Amino acid sequence: MTAAAATTPLVKARDIHKSFDHLEVLKGIDLDVMPGEVVVILGPSGSGKSTFLRCINHLEAINKGFIEVDGEQIGYRMRNGRLQKLTGNGIARQRRKIGMVFQQFNLYPHMTALENVIEAPIGVHGMNRRDATTEALELLDRVGLSDKAASYPRQLSGGQQQRVAIARALAIKPKLMLFDEPTSALDPELVGEVLTTMRDLARQGLTMIVVTHEIGFAREAADRVVFMDGGKIVEMGRPEEVMDNPRHPRTQAFLARFL
Amino acid sequence: MSGKPAIAPPSGGADPRDVVNAHAPFPIGRLILWAVTAVIVVDFGLIVARNENFGWPVVAAYFFDRTVLNGLSVSLGLTVVAMVIGTALGLVLAIARLSKDTLASSSASLFIWFFRGTPLLVQLIFWYNLSTLFPQISLAIPFGPTLASWETNAVITPVTAAIVGLALNEAAYMAEIIRGGLLSVDRGQAETAEAFGMTKGRALRRIIIPQAMRSIVPPTGNQLISMIKATSLVSVIAMADLLYSVQSIYNRTFEIIPMLLVAVLWYLLITSILNVGQSYIEAYYSRGERRDGAAAPLPAAQEASH
Repeated sequence: MTAAAATTPLVKARDIHKSFDHLEVLKGIDLDVMPGEVVVILGPSGSGKSTFLRCINHLEAINKGFIEVDGEQIGYRMRNGRLQKLTGNGIARQRRKIGMVFQQFNLYPHMTALENVIEAPIGVHGMNRRDATTEALELLDRVGLSDKAASYPRQLSGGQQQRVAIARALAIKPKLMLFDEPTSALDPELVGEVLTTMRDLARQGLTMIVVTHEIGFAREAADRVVFMDGGKIVEMGRPEEVMDNPRHPRTQAFLARFL
Repeated sequence: MSGKPAIAPPSGGADPRDVVNAHAPFPIGRLILWAVTAVIVVDFGLIVARNENFGWPVVAAYFFDRTVLNGLSVSLGLTVVAMVIGTALGLVLAIARLSKDTLASSSASLFIWFFRGTPLLVQLIFWYNLSTLFPQISLAIPFGPTLASWETNAVITPVTAAIVGLALNEAAYMAEIIRGGLLSVDRGQAETAEAFGMTKGRALRRIIIPQAMRSIVPPTGNQLISMIKATSLVSVIAMADLLYSVQSIYNRTFEIIPMLLVAVLWYLLITSILNVGQSYIEAYYSRGERRDGAAAPLPAAQEASH
């Protein structure tokens, strides 16, 4: 929330285009995200918001434009003045500072909650098992699940699974967290616990980009709300501006459904 | 059944419709079936035991015969070696076949097509007779100098012919089993591993393969049992496996049936042991599958939270 002090954006996306076969899903997205900022992306289904999020850590390769995270161009590098595609390992290295939370949780089902959380710190970041375990237990405690460390994902409710997934993403000490519709697969009564966890993270100054349908979360936790439609950003601003006084008719129509 | 009252008398004023008071009807049909089956089994057992042509004393005498045990160890050794090589090569082929690289996927497909499409027995005889096709085996740079050269007959002994034949054939089948297993894992798992910065190799090893094992293990158990039996084919290339050993004995003694029974009992014994082993492995890889299952023991570091 202390975005004012920072001057260079952590995420810089310029003129992002993305097509699947002949379907153009993103039609020129420009977005800067400052360190510590919480950006919530709203928009109807099929507006391209999840695709855009997945482009930021190169789960989808973009067709035009460029994305920089923490000063590094994602998926590419400059070599002798020419842009070169990165290999799998090069991309893997760039992703180490970006945490991601998925709609379907995607916990590793053959590992306990604790094992899920320590997997990347040990295997990708080279931490030793004892330190990783200590930190993982703290993280699980922070998401309110210290008593579930030894449970397998199948034994947890959806909300608990998603909170483990958040702890897992935090365990790599990310500079940026991406949330891809983190509550959309949850039963209504389980949404609250996940949103509470996310609000805490937002308050602690983590840089977050959140794709969601939770209007209430956007209003309370976002520094900035981005409204996407038809593969473009149609409106962007502080939550109260965009949500209370939407200027664009598409935004107005979208928000009207939640009143 | 008709003699009983339709409804049990109420006890302590309870509702007679309470399912707690329900009885199962007497299973008369099932008991008759059991009795008939038991009679048939005992009768069949007596027939087998009393028929002297089975030669049970001969079976007993040769069951632990040195030649038989040597043959058994050859069969088991061949199975293990061929299975290990076959599985390792099969994993490589499966990954190659799933690769986006056309060269890798088409070479793997070609391999699988050839080795699944020809009979194992023919392949074994083919490897055994490789020297007729290539009298010399050389290590050389294509169109360039030869680095080393061997007589094919020195390299392809019955043992190497058997191992190469069985392993390559097995690799083709294992490749398809492993490929099916890898495909059975939710696409989101690979994506998550990717998003967390894991390399492809680590994602396979830590995330994808452990989950794929659930669908790989049962057909692999099948393959292993097939393999043990398939080793009997190597007797045609004069490899002294279990079948070849009992044959060498009955060629001397003419006790054909008893000696075949020795082999049959050993094959059954080995496959039975493998079945038990397989169920343990399956239980291991389905951990985390049961909802009600006990949670895993916590590592020692965890104590403060309770």
